[in-house]
Amino acid sequence: MTMEWVNAIVQGTLLGGLYALFAAGLSLIFGVMRLVNIAHGDLIVMAAYLGLTVVSVLGIHPLLALVLVVPLMAGFGYVLQRAVLNRTLGDDLLPPLLVTFGLSVILQNGLLEVYSADPQKINAGVLETASVSVAGLSLGVLPLLTFAVALAVIWGLQWVFYHTALGRAFRAVSDNQDIAQLMGLNRRHIFGLAMALALGVTAIAGILLGIRTSFDPSIGGGRLIFGFEAVIIGGLGNLWGTLAGGVILGVAQTIGAKIDPGWQLLAGHIAFLVILAIRPNGLFPRISA
Amino acid sequence: MSAPVNKNRTHHVTRSSAAAQIAGAFGAIALIILIAAPWWAGSANLRLMGEVCLYLALASLWNFMAGYAGLVSVGQQAYVGFGGYLLFALTIFGGLPPLAAIAAAGALGALIAIPTALLIFRLRGAYFAIGTWVIAEVFRLSFAQMSSLGGGSGSSLPVNVVRSLAASKDGREFLSYWLALGAAVLVIAAVYFYLRSRNGLALTAIRDNELAAGSLGIDIWRMKFAVYVVTAALTSAVGALIFLQKLRISPDAAFSVNDWTAFVIFIVVIGGIGTIEGPIIGTLVFFLLRETLADLGTAYLIILGVVAIVVMLKAPKGLWGLIRARFSLNLFPLGYRVLRRPEKKGA
Repeated sequence: MTMEWVNAIVQGTLLGGLYALFAAGLSLIFGVMRLVNIAHGDLIVMAAYLGLTVVSVLGIHPLLALVLVVPLMAGFGYVLQRAVLNRTLGDDLLPPLLVTFGLSVILQNGLLEVYSADPQKINAGVLETASVSVAGLSLGVLPLLTFAVALAVIWGLQWVFYHTALGRAFRAVSDNQDIAQLMGLNRRHIFGLAMALALGVTAIAGILLGIRTSFDPSIGGGRLIFGFEAVIIGGLGNLWGTLAGGVILGVAQTIGAKIDPGWQLLAGHIAFLVILAIRPNGLFPRISA
Repeated sequence: MSAPVNKNRTHHVTRSSAAAQIAGAFGAIALIILIAAPWWAGSANLRLMGEVCLYLALASLWNFMAGYAGLVSVGQQAYVGFGGYLLFALTIFGGLPPLAAIAAAGALGALIAIPTALLIFRLRGAYFAIGTWVIAEVFRLSFAQMSSLGGGSGSSLPVNVVRSLAASKDGREFLSYWLALGAAVLVIAAVYFYLRSRNGLALTAIRDNELAAGSLGIDIWRMKFAVYVVTAALTSAVGALIFLQKLRISPDAAFSVNDWTAFVIFIVVIGGIGTIEGPIIGTLVFFLLRETLADLGTAYLIILGVVAIVVMLKAPKGLWGLIRARFSLNLFPLGYRVLRRPEKKGA
């Protein structure tokens, strides 16, 4: 009996890794340019579809498909930022919000047009069902891999942020765009690179999502919400906090599902609202909103 | 408003203008023609016009929140669905007549908006927007859990409830059209008179510069809170009306982000955010596009998204902003203008 609950918590923790991957791109973009991308979830779904296409056309393993999908998404992110999103940045909150909202509708219906509304899944062979037994718990290799990837991605982003010239540029434009510009940084280019990096992470999240569950063009909004909840629970501007937020959300969902399958999503949202009520800045805030 | 007339004064302050008076007269005539619509429009057109009115009401409400109070919500479907479900619950289990249920849905919408606002007002700006979406999801999932209202698959309005509205089919169609028209007029009038009031002045100040408004002693949190709750109440009532016309409700239809938020945002953005005229123009353009392009299916939504993005980037004040910049028109007299007094009327 207790073992079942332990199992639910462990599975929820591993699921949290996927949510942290959803959230990392969102968090990165907000940190660098204060942009909240409403189309983020649809971009995750788009990456899953790109992965599906690459896998079925080239007949390669989905994890190998990352070699193509990550640069594709990153390139798309750079172009999107330079061509559209940079024009929306400024003091006014409305343009970025409404433009990314429009983008979300375009992506969702574009995917619907190309791939139809039928649920799809990326076939990853034995990886989907393989499991290892640890202390009496049966852990799926895929969830373990996802969690490990989440750890690696967040560690990598931290490293880029605090140990590279690019990270220094990110932090500079984040602190003060105008002065960073005076110091010779081209903020439009820096923002483009930040979006490229965020969508690269999104590509990883999308493919892992596509291997784990079936997906269709309409699920983007839900993924955006999970990522957003992980960011807020963890506290703005703290990537490790975002991982903790993802884990809390994942655990709340698996425990909710254990009580009643209909309660899975509701339990996650309630956990988010409770944390918002008692710790409005999240559990580990680094910057104020 | 009229100050004592003084010989030495060469200028006076007025709210009205010739354009506003002409617009008022045209508006009154148009309203009479619209009220008479059941006698000149066919059944299909009447239904369409009712839908136009309901979208106009939703768009005006969203604009009131986003354009004036700076509360950008992508979760107003929470209240549309809430109102719709309350109509069903109150008529089926409470035995209330449909019209009373619509009013009650509005009141309960305000009631549930209070704790909701206390929670999500902790989020700022864009995060507030996504927070409203979470609330809408919580509402959707909660109503999907209620098996007495059909759970995830939804339920239909019982025949006796529908009959209680009016005995004949024509009577019901006429009544639901008038209710929709009434909702649109009521919402626009409410927004207009609110904006002309003392609170409206404060709200306009917040819209123009929140920091400056705060330093003048305006309680920004309270102003926004009031706008959120009032908007929630009216949106719930409109939601109840929408599902009185549809006669069937399900969680996915009631809390659809596309139907009740995406379209509404496109209407306001294309028409012109932060003006009363904008949503009116936007609604007309939206339905014109829909009626001509609806055959394109999903491509139509893509076009709509592209149009909204282009408008936001190239003409952020929307179509009405373009017109107003060109002709300096204000059909709804909100601001004050200083006018030179004609010489001969100086006495």
